[in-house]
Amino acid sequence: MEARGLRKSYGPVQALRGVDFTVFEGEVFALLGPNGAGKTTTVEILEGYRTRDGGEVRVLGLDPARGGRALRRRIGIVLQATGLEPYLTVAETLDYYRAAYPVPRPVEEVLELAGLGDLRDTRVGRLSGGQLRRLDVAVALVGDPELLFLDEPTTGFDPEARRGAWEVIRSLAGLGKTVLLTTHYLDEAQALADRVAVLAEGRVVAEGPPEAIGGRREAATVVRFRLPPEAPPLPAGLAPEAQATGGLVELRTEDPTRLLHDLTGWALEHGVALEALEVSRPSLEDVYLELTRQAQDPPSGDARDPAGDRGGREGR
Amino acid sequence: MSGAQLVLHQFRYTNRAFWRNPAAAFFTFAFPLLFLVIFTVLFGRSTTCVRFADGRCLERVSTSTFYVASIAAFSVITACFTNVAMSVTFARETGVLKRVRGTPMPGWTYLAGRVLHAVAVAALLVAITVAFGAAFYGATVSWRTLPAFALTLLVGAASFCALGLALTAAVPNADAAPAVVNAVILPLLFISDVFVPLREDAPRWLAALAAAFPVKHFLEAMLASFFPLPGHPTLRPGDLLVLAAWGIGGAVLAVRFFSWEPRR
Repeated sequence: MEARGLRKSYGPVQALRGVDFTVFEGEVFALLGPNGAGKTTTVEILEGYRTRDGGEVRVLGLDPARGGRALRRRIGIVLQATGLEPYLTVAETLDYYRAAYPVPRPVEEVLELAGLGDLRDTRVGRLSGGQLRRLDVAVALVGDPELLFLDEPTTGFDPEARRGAWEVIRSLAGLGKTVLLTTHYLDEAQALADRVAVLAEGRVVAEGPPEAIGGRREAATVVRFRLPPEAPPLPAGLAPEAQATGGLVELRTEDPTRLLHDLTGWALEHGVALEALEVSRPSLEDVYLELTRQAQDPPSGDARDPAGDRGGREGR
Repeated sequence: MSGAQLVLHQFRYTNRAFWRNPAAAFFTFAFPLLFLVIFTVLFGRSTTCVRFADGRCLERVSTSTFYVASIAAFSVITACFTNVAMSVTFARETGVLKRVRGTPMPGWTYLAGRVLHAVAVAALLVAITVAFGAAFYGATVSWRTLPAFALTLLVGAASFCALGLALTAAVPNADAAPAVVNAVILPLLFISDVFVPLREDAPRWLAALAAAFPVKHFLEAMLASFFPLPGHPTLRPGDLLVLAAWGIGGAVLAVRFFSWEPRR
């Protein structure tokens, strides 16, 4: 699945301003972004619900705007909010949607996959929010799709229901399905996705594995600790890089193994207890907030085309 | 599955869901009977003229049997026009239609299955109304007029279903559905003699207005097939043609303007 320069406007509002990304077969790909970033618009173009104003899109080798039933036979869609007939049971609902597909999965198998085995004879109207969402996924799976779209699969869930939904999504990945999910939860993208694209203001501002987003993999590791007042000064090898903030000493390094070895070796040798010792790397959250902040507020130094930039902002 | 199988599949599941909501099912069937009983209690001791567009009184029949025929027509309009317009609007606003649209299920088999179900409900309602009329008011449909009666029902049911689908395009949201649908159909029912026959001195423009819409034509075709009158055919092709023209117009509008996604 591939999007190149995807653009879409609703009246004067530019929802997408050139979205590019590629989803490879068999991977779980997350479109991550704040509300209003254009995630749903992007997914609905890929699903064939919306037309695009510009750009190229390929889904399973087909153009979704013209793919029609041939494409819909091969994909499963979980929309943000869609209704189901409340008076049918869970198993009946699956049997109902099954009829549309050429090679459907057996109902029992799908019930098992979605963790709905115990609820097969429960009426849809009596399901909880989390159970309904699992049924949404089950309905999308019943046609045995190659590719699955999940638009905000866990928004509004309690923590337990979220874990349950994550388990289901992981088991899909285990079946070798390609999954495109949108989310505004970082931990969800981190927990589920092989690769992530961060969408902000209608553009992809970063794409890659969650641990490498925004140069996170290359970023310096931070070691923090508190030195007791009576401790001797740090050795020269460590001291020049040290910054003290609020009684804490903070060291940055590209080589945390060596730094920690040197630091703890020195501390043991001098009988110094390193209080509140902590080793951390910039969290995905830090990177994400920085990325989306930059997108909303382009740095003034990057004003190669001020007229165009202004035009873009007026369009918002 | 082939298209026809999918239509039957949709019919089966629509039907199953329909009967699982006993309150809705009960009142769908009780509503026209209630009207039949009320109107008969109000006016039942008198007689009523059967008259067609030319306004002449062709035959006086007992008011109670007149109401069996007109409430049978009303049942068809309720089951097809009103119920289809409302239930399809609700399905659209709750996102059921959007979900169906995301599957390989063809849109036409979905709608055809629902329409087929509405027609079946209409047929059952008419059967109940006629049986009720036969049991309590001495109203009968003779075997001789049955083919005309059945054809009239079919054309009426199909046309009002198509018009119901077309009307969904004009309904902005689920909350507005009952108001919009009733505002369209109730005045037509009143000016088309379904509930209360227009008085002799009613203004001519009112009758002319009613004749422009399909309800009046459906009622006349139903009356003709219900009360065989000497010198008058039991089948009224003219009325059925007007009715079918409205139905085709409705189908064209529905195809052109139907929306599968909520209008929010």
